[in-house]
Amino acid sequence: MAVVLIRMAPLIKGLEPTDIAEKIKEKFPEEVVEVTNFRDQTSVIVKKDRNIDICRYLHDDPLFNFDHLQDLCGVDYHGKKEPRFEVVYNLYSIKYRHRIRVRAQVPENDPNIRTVTSIWTGANWHERECFDMFGIIFKGHPDLRRILLPEDWEGHPLRKDYPLKGPEPEKDWPGFTDVLKRSKELKEFEWAG
Amino acid sequence: MLIDTSTVGLIQVEEDTKILPPNVIITTLDKIINWGRLSSIWPTTFGLACCAIEMMAVGAAHYDFDRFGIIFRGSPRQSDCIIVAGTVTKKMAPVVRRVYDQIPEPKYVVAMGSCACTGGIFRTYNTVQGCDTFLPVDVYVPGCPPRPETLLEGMMKLQEKMRKEKARWSPWR
Amino acid sequence: MELVEKIFETRELNVNMGPQHPATHGVLRLVLDIDGETIVRVTPYIGYLHRGIEKLGENLSYFQALPLTDRMDYVSAMSNNIGYVNAVERLVDIEAPERAKFIRTMVGEMSRISNHLLWLATHALDIGAMTVFLYCFREREWILELFEKICGARLTVTYPRIGGVRNDVSQEFLDSLYRFTEEFPSRILEYETLIDQNRIWLKRTKGIGVISAEEAINWGLTGPTLRGSGVPYDIRKHMPYDAYDKVDFEVPIGTEGDTYDRYRCRMMELRQSNNIIRQCIEKLPIGPVMAEAPAFTLQPKDMMMPITHPMKEHAYFILEKACKGCGMCMRACPAKAIFGEKKQPHKIKQELCLGCATCYVTCKFKALTIVPKGKGLSDEKLAESAVAPDQVPEEIKKAQEYLVRHFELVKRGPRVPQGELYVATEVPKGELGFYFVSDGSGKPYRMRVRAPSFVHAGVLPRLCVGHLVADVIANIGTIDIVLGECDR
Repeated sequence: MAVVLIRMAPLIKGLEPTDIAEKIKEKFPEEVVEVTNFRDQTSVIVKKDRNIDICRYLHDDPLFNFDHLQDLCGVDYHGKKEPRFEVVYNLYSIKYRHRIRVRAQVPENDPNIRTVTSIWTGANWHERECFDMFGIIFKGHPDLRRILLPEDWEGHPLRKDYPLKGPEPEKDWPGFTDVLKRSKELKEFEWAG
Repeated sequence: MLIDTSTVGLIQVEEDTKILPPNVIITTLDKIINWGRLSSIWPTTFGLACCAIEMMAVGAAHYDFDRFGIIFRGSPRQSDCIIVAGTVTKKMAPVVRRVYDQIPEPKYVVAMGSCACTGGIFRTYNTVQGCDTFLPVDVYVPGCPPRPETLLEGMMKLQEKMRKEKARWSPWR
Repeated sequence: MELVEKIFETRELNVNMGPQHPATHGVLRLVLDIDGETIVRVTPYIGYLHRGIEKLGENLSYFQALPLTDRMDYVSAMSNNIGYVNAVERLVDIEAPERAKFIRTMVGEMSRISNHLLWLATHALDIGAMTVFLYCFREREWILELFEKICGARLTVTYPRIGGVRNDVSQEFLDSLYRFTEEFPSRILEYETLIDQNRIWLKRTKGIGVISAEEAINWGLTGPTLRGSGVPYDIRKHMPYDAYDKVDFEVPIGTEGDTYDRYRCRMMELRQSNNIIRQCIEKLPIGPVMAEAPAFTLQPKDMMMPITHPMKEHAYFILEKACKGCGMCMRACPAKAIFGEKKQPHKIKQELCLGCATCYVTCKFKALTIVPKGKGLSDEKLAESAVAPDQVPEEIKKAQEYLVRHFELVKRGPRVPQGELYVATEVPKGELGFYFVSDGSGKPYRMRVRAPSFVHAGVLPRLCVGHLVADVIANIGTIDIVLGECDR
């Protein structure tokens, strides 16, 4: 049988999140804007320009070994603070069992940020979804197009100024209004008995 | 040699059906064709979301669909009913309509689950508020998801509806 | 040989495996570029079930967003609820009592069994073994009946709640669950007899969809899909939650990284889950099932029963002296039982009144009161015995306070501190992560769901290249996606 049952080692502690944040601050002092801590989880807020260097440092350095990109998402802080968007990377190391969160600030007037697909291939679809929902453009992405919504949809739904119920029926997605029109035309052939 | 029906012993079994024992049945064409259709409804597999799992459970051994003559067909061209089970989104709506158009007449639509009936708990930008905005629905089966017995009741209501149809087989409509 | 190839110039064929197809994995669309029968490129298109759950979560309170999580991975609804509830409990820093933790572990493992059974049923059905489908659904019906016994719903349960679980389990339920765990290993043997050493099964699954350990981690795979390639990553062991550090279990890890190893991993996980459920039943402690944190949890409803039951004898009445005629109760009443002019005292029509207490909660001028045993009395008799809301008998006043607090909690949400949090749990499909950003109000400012199926659907192009068309079906089955979670 090719499958082995193992008893995994009990809890081993890697580096403390605050130590990891300190080391990032030492290596990239001009990039780090702030370090926050909430319920034992540390976030490092950075500027967007050298995000790929920071991520490569965290991935390749043998002390950290952040090989698992748990999540990549965007957040819209419309009206709450400038810059408006943030791209959040949740990183985890399977070997050392420590984790960190990196938040890259993206301004509204220039929503570009470099892609990390060269480090983690799994970031490909996460970044496509971020583009779809927020409109953040990832420079260098192999295939940046909408993933969850139809390709010719207008608007970015998860922005705070997009209505929950969607666009007005007149300005709706043309694929759907075509279906409604077609069903109205074919109504005469339906069984009325 | 023609039979004079007044002299021969015709027994009326139910309305519009008379028997000449032992093996001659005189009835309307409506009854026979409707009986044939309702005893073998063949739906297209159109499971979209959570209700599809309950539909699969109805098709499995515990609540058997096959004893009603209902067999799931893969292709819409070979079926006569579509059970829309699950949320219809705006991206999926053209596909649903296309599959419905491909089913040959006579065809029926069963909207299973709250999402297919009226949009359910999802009042958002990509959800169609009920598949009856673009499809003519015959039976609504509400529930989130409806129990398998509820779906069976829905199919039986569809059978009742089919039983009462008049001249749906004829070219004169 | 060359002449023949020059005459028959072949091109790549572009085939669409549309959103509607009999392989019952939901609405996934694949566009295959094939050269003969070998696949050159696969492009998945998802989004046909995108219902906007993340945006909806931003408009509902934390309590109201709980039923949304059921409908994401609808095959194992309990696990999604457990993930969400763990995340919110960490956010507000409360802890569920011990009994609730053990119950949550128990139902989480039941839902893992039910998920793997459905996975096996559809995977085997697609590959061609149709009997396994019927056998697996027989066991799944048993589990769904047990779910119904515990909370009333088969599929979309919403049983784990913030701070614990909805209600306690009965001894009858524990007995039938124990009987299930005794019978289940023989059923697993039945499935294995059918397909484990079957020549056709081995031919169709060995060597298909091979991915190495480093590549799998790089692509972001988790759960049995990752463990089949030899990576020992299980969140129940890495970051234990609920009662997983108090039960004893092992985690199966594969070696080859192909479809057969992932299948074996999941089959062994069935046995391990059975074991965990047994231990939970034996070690179940006595105690409450909901945490004592009135600011963040919904207390059991039997405290409110004296008033809200419509058959009860209490009636709602508007005191004329206190009523200012603002009309707020009239607008709020769902049965439209209140009427009156502006700035004139309003009146309740007792025949239409449902007893839902919405008017009581909305009135700010303390004009709405309860008359105990007032149902059926006329307006004059009610006016005689009605007292101000502060002087109503003690137990009714307490029940009313519970009702008001419940109403406010659900509508406006708990007072969550400002901050952000990422919590991951091990659902049957992989790692389900919830990333909450809270701005201090009762609704999440950003609710992000990291769904394992989304990441796994992205690895399909890598797994299918070079194989035949029929292997695409085997690959879709082995990564175990469900589109409700993938599209959210």
